[in-house]
Amino acid sequence: MTAVETGLTWHTVCAFDRLQPERGVAALVDGVQIAIFRLHDGSVHAIGNVDPISGAAVLSRGIVGDRGGVPVVASPIYKQAFCLVDGRCLDDPAVSVARFAVRVDDHRVQIGLP
Amino acid sequence: MARHLVVVGNGMVGHRLVSAMQDRDLDRHWRITVLGEESRLAYDRVALSAYVDGSSEEDLRLPEIDDPQVELRLGDPVVTLDRDARRVVTASGVELTYDALVLATGSVPFVPPVPGRDLPNCFVYRTLDDLDAIKEAAAAAVARPGPGRRSAVVVGGGLLGLEAARAMRLLGLSPQVVEIAPRLMPVQVDEGGGALLRSLVEKQDMAVRCGVAVSAIGEDRGRLVATLSDGVELDADLVVFSAGIRAADSLARGCGLAVGERGGVLVDATCRTRDENIWAIGECAALEGRTYGLVAPGYAMAEVVADRLLGGQASMQPSELDMSTKLKLLGVDVASFGDAHAATDGALEVVVNDPVAGTYSKLVVSDDARTLLGGVLVGDASKYATLRPLVGSPLPADPVAMIAPGGVELGADALPDSAQICSCNAVTKGALVRAIGDGAHDVAALKSCTRAGTSCGSCLPMLKNLLVQQGVEVSKSVCEHFAHSRAELFQIIAGAGIRTFSELVASHGTGRGCDLCKPVVASILASLGGGHILDGEQAALQDTNDHFLANMQRNGTYSVVPRIPGGEITPAGLIVIGEVARDFGLYTKITGGQRIDMFGARVEQLPQIWKRLVDAGFESGHAYGKSLRTVKSCVGSSWCRYGVQDSVGMAVMLELRYRGLRSPHKFKSGVSGCARECAEARSKDFGVIATENGWNLYVGGNGGANPRHADLLVQDVDTDELVRIIDRFLMFYIRTADRLQRTAAWLQAMEGGLDHLREVVVEDSLGICADLEAAMAAHVENYADEWRGVLEDPAKLERYVSFVNAPDTPDPTISFVTERGQPIPAPQPGDPVLVGTPVPIGMPGVRR
Repeated sequence: MTAVETGLTWHTVCAFDRLQPERGVAALVDGVQIAIFRLHDGSVHAIGNVDPISGAAVLSRGIVGDRGGVPVVASPIYKQAFCLVDGRCLDDPAVSVARFAVRVDDHRVQIGLP
Repeated sequence: MARHLVVVGNGMVGHRLVSAMQDRDLDRHWRITVLGEESRLAYDRVALSAYVDGSSEEDLRLPEIDDPQVELRLGDPVVTLDRDARRVVTASGVELTYDALVLATGSVPFVPPVPGRDLPNCFVYRTLDDLDAIKEAAAAAVARPGPGRRSAVVVGGGLLGLEAARAMRLLGLSPQVVEIAPRLMPVQVDEGGGALLRSLVEKQDMAVRCGVAVSAIGEDRGRLVATLSDGVELDADLVVFSAGIRAADSLARGCGLAVGERGGVLVDATCRTRDENIWAIGECAALEGRTYGLVAPGYAMAEVVADRLLGGQASMQPSELDMSTKLKLLGVDVASFGDAHAATDGALEVVVNDPVAGTYSKLVVSDDARTLLGGVLVGDASKYATLRPLVGSPLPADPVAMIAPGGVELGADALPDSAQICSCNAVTKGALVRAIGDGAHDVAALKSCTRAGTSCGSCLPMLKNLLVQQGVEVSKSVCEHFAHSRAELFQIIAGAGIRTFSELVASHGTGRGCDLCKPVVASILASLGGGHILDGEQAALQDTNDHFLANMQRNGTYSVVPRIPGGEITPAGLIVIGEVARDFGLYTKITGGQRIDMFGARVEQLPQIWKRLVDAGFESGHAYGKSLRTVKSCVGSSWCRYGVQDSVGMAVMLELRYRGLRSPHKFKSGVSGCARECAEARSKDFGVIATENGWNLYVGGNGGANPRHADLLVQDVDTDELVRIIDRFLMFYIRTADRLQRTAAWLQAMEGGLDHLREVVVEDSLGICADLEAAMAAHVENYADEWRGVLEDPAKLERYVSFVNAPDTPDPTISFVTERGQPIPAPQPGDPVLVGTPVPIGMPGVRR
């Protein structure tokens, strides 16, 4: 399940095919809730699943798209957009979510935690 | 202590005075008593004829004044006015003293002094009571056995006479209009316009006789005979006098107040009579000697008096009073404005007369052809909104080009700031531009802060035009990814046969979409019969509620609502819902739509919950979708002593027909079994009310933040016709409304409003009804329960997990506490802040 590499521990969460294009899934890794998204171009991104505005663990269930070319997910609660690349909130500069290392290794989606 | 204002008369102008006092007299210097002759609450007399065309007294009623400072005494006219004692006595003997008295007694119909005018079945056309009597007599005439058409002689071919003629036709009589002047509507239109008007009216099977008077009315074998001045005798079942009005000034005459030469209580520019404590406004007032029979000058007078009573300095400018009129009579547009008869010295007339197209346009310009003075439009009055405000202003273009077909189209930018855009409420372009600058950014906001467009509505296209010109009209494009409105996207997707978002955004948009455009496209694809909404790429377009077929609540759990058509449910069904809620620990609440909402379901519980519900015969209630919610019903004729039709059966049928239909916004319906309206159908997007003869259909109602009563679309139709019209209405809405635009806003924004909607969906003016019906038939045929579709498809079921790597581990952030015996979300540290957090970041227009 896990592999150690450059200081990160990689946790396999699911098969790549389990991710739908432009949609997210939630994963629970070491007690941390992570939202993982597959984009149209096949790239995969991971950010914290808890919406800092509402406190609900729902970001994985938002609509994926772009804002001015920046890939974002819209929180399903109050619709703020979060950047999938760096976790910042585009509607409220004071708010952001964590971003996580993610990779696809032999069709397996893996999250890297320190 | 507050002073006492007595208002004599409870018509439109009296009502306006009281509401103006309410708006302005914030410190309550005045208490007000209104004494009305009619026993009804104030109503819109301008729309009187609508009373025979489906509108009820309630529809016509003006906003009720609910204020402890205002006392309303109806059906109790003033009979004596004692100026020395400053006291009035009413018919019932009530005596009231006043500090100020306002006469707003309006006018009385003018009945020419012909023999026989008091015979039974001779009527005037002024009040709802008159119309009730006319309706009764017409019904009796129609019901009378015997061959031949039933007919009515309408005396007067002016505005009121033509309205009355139309009312006679609606009541099943053949009207014959007799006008003493050489043409119809002699006050408003000139000879050329009158000739065209006459030919358009006669085409509608109405007899018109101009240049003759009625000289006598007699009785002959139970009917009436009207003898005309040229000797012709007309048989009639009814005679209606609608030959003008006279100021109701008898009270003033009785106490020695000065009246004008042609009637009306003489008032100065402040609307004060010769008695400093008495004022007169509206049709009973002779402002500097002249009376005005339109409501706009009356409203202006009411505002002046309210201002004066509160110490202001307002006064009337009689030279600026606008006597313009625009109306649709018998389907014919007629408008006149400014100096329509070219009475100004040296005035020139420019006429474009097109008898083939059935239009007549005339502009009156100053002798140097530089200033617009007035005009007449018959057959097509669409240019009225731009031309009327230009009166008195330099002509922005060649006058012929301004009225010729294919000539110049003038916008709001052609008008000076002083131009009056709304003549009913005297609102200038400058005032509107200021209001827009102060933040009134749509038509509704402009209406509420300036009152423009709230009376006759003819200036509404101009308000829109102004918003565009000021650059604040919100672009209709749904988001940054598409430069199209929802309606345009619908046409593109339907026309090009596009089946996926990727195809659409590649050919007609940019980027990869967002939470604004994706649900719009998902809804359009669903409306066009795209199969299960979670099939293939469509799944990624859905809002989280649609994606999980449940309603997300603030802690990330979902609520579950099974469909309960018409609110009718068996005890066994109730028990299943109770057991499911108990077994899954759900909070239950009865909704406003007569069903049961179960809250607190975690995402991974949803399939188990729905398995139980589907097995028991329930299906999705689509509470999560922009689609039909419920069809609420009263218990109807099955149980109710008053019900005249089976409202529950109708509601169940309608709910099953339209369930799952995706639309620009959610929509709701209701069915009431009688006019008592216990189902509150008129607060719904479409509401059905049973009548003795069938069903009345109302559309465009709304509850919520902006309540609106639905408008009557058709009446007394049978079930087949009702369903056909609803099919067309809903499909037309789905195809043309903006994103998240409820039917009420859609209808209010529609050019031509309810009349246009009726033309499209009842009269099929666009020839699209067969297509709309076919689309609905396809929806009905292809409907399948969405939740059953999920339970039967492992690929869809796979998504209902809390965590992709721990499918059955509950979300650890979700916890509940107990309140009033039921679970609710446990308070979160951030909760109190949430209350004040501005949330509309996802709203259209805000983020862009």
